[in-house]
Amino acid sequence: MQDMRSTNVLSPYKEQQISYYDKSARNVLISDQEIPFPEGKLIVSRTNIEGIITHANQSFIEMSAYSEQEIIYAPHYILRHPDMPSAAFKDLWNTIKCKKKWHGYVKNLRKDGAYYWVYATVIPNIRAGQIIGYTSVRRKPSRTKVQECTQLYAQMLKEEQN
Amino acid sequence: MKYSMSVSPDFSPKHIAGWYIFNTWLQVQLSHPIHLRLYDNFQVQRDAIEADEIDIIYASPFDAAMLIRNKGFLAIAKPKDKPDETIIATSIDSSIENIESLSSPIKIAKTDDPEVNMIGMIMLEPASLTSENTHSSIVDTQVLVAKQLFQNQADIGFFLKESYDDLSDFIKRQLRILVSSQIHIITHSLLISPRIQALHHNIQTTLLNMQNLPKGQGVLESMNISAWEEQTQEDAEFMIDLMNTLQD
Repeated sequence: MQDMRSTNVLSPYKEQQISYYDKSARNVLISDQEIPFPEGKLIVSRTNIEGIITHANQSFIEMSAYSEQEIIYAPHYILRHPDMPSAAFKDLWNTIKCKKKWHGYVKNLRKDGAYYWVYATVIPNIRAGQIIGYTSVRRKPSRTKVQECTQLYAQMLKEEQN
Repeated sequence: MKYSMSVSPDFSPKHIAGWYIFNTWLQVQLSHPIHLRLYDNFQVQRDAIEADEIDIIYASPFDAAMLIRNKGFLAIAKPKDKPDETIIATSIDSSIENIESLSSPIKIAKTDDPEVNMIGMIMLEPASLTSENTHSSIVDTQVLVAKQLFQNQADIGFFLKESYDDLSDFIKRQLRILVSSQIHIITHSLLISPRIQALHHNIQTTLLNMQNLPKGQGVLESMNISAWEEQTQEDAEFMIDLMNTLQD
């Protein structure tokens, strides 16, 4: 999977490979530029049970830097930043598949290589006792928590790589 | 049997007469008596819901969750282009510049509106403020929230945007908005109890066509609603899921 092009990415940037749980891999281009989460807004998306995006609100589209056509039917992991440890997403999937709510601080990757931090909550959409998809809502995080998670995730990532 | 209708206690006092007019209009459309019950606060209304005393309700998104998932209420309609948004404001003379410049201790003036208070607290999270490191002053009305601000009895106040917009110009001149939510997809909903589910189609058709029916447009204007839009059960369920994500 290679959807990021150097012409769309903010310089300076570096190239990195991310491997996903489904064994696919992607080369991403990342810059060190943070985009602040907009005041008063929520980023909302829904996926099917495989994690494929079926709905995204305007804030999602604006913050991801993708167009609506690009994001709908894309896997949600398109937003995954290589600074995020795999363990965080493993915990997310294990939690929501058990019909429970998951929340945590997440560093997301934009199409232009920049990043943005969110406080994310994901819940299963349960209808007649069955999970039919997932809703994810992201809001502006506490800077103190972001600083704590930056250090924590760097440590977790280091342990995963060893 | 007379039906009973209620309205979320956060409606603007400016439009109270509108809900009485709507009640009368709906009785005529359905050819059935309806009694309008208005409650002073959310807790008293919830007690009435719990006692199965309400058949038709214009409910806040917070209460819609309980009504649909616990009491089996059915979604009918939502007001068109009228999302519920929350404002955090301070006194015009306050030294507070923006949300991220806030730090504990902070005193918040607010009413007992659970939805506004939840969204308000979410908008304080970037400043690492929570219910544990802030103090709250609960008052009965949004006018009293404003009064607490310009009398320097509180640092910031939470308002439902619609109620804020309805404050007098004199009051608004003494306030300054720090942030206004732009969530767009959380709205009040008109729901009916499962006891009258046989009327679902009739009530929904009547409301969705209300602006074209005799006196319908004038009644809508008196409630400050431009028109009703269909709300499917899945629309309502999605909004409940969304509210659920915000409750932690």
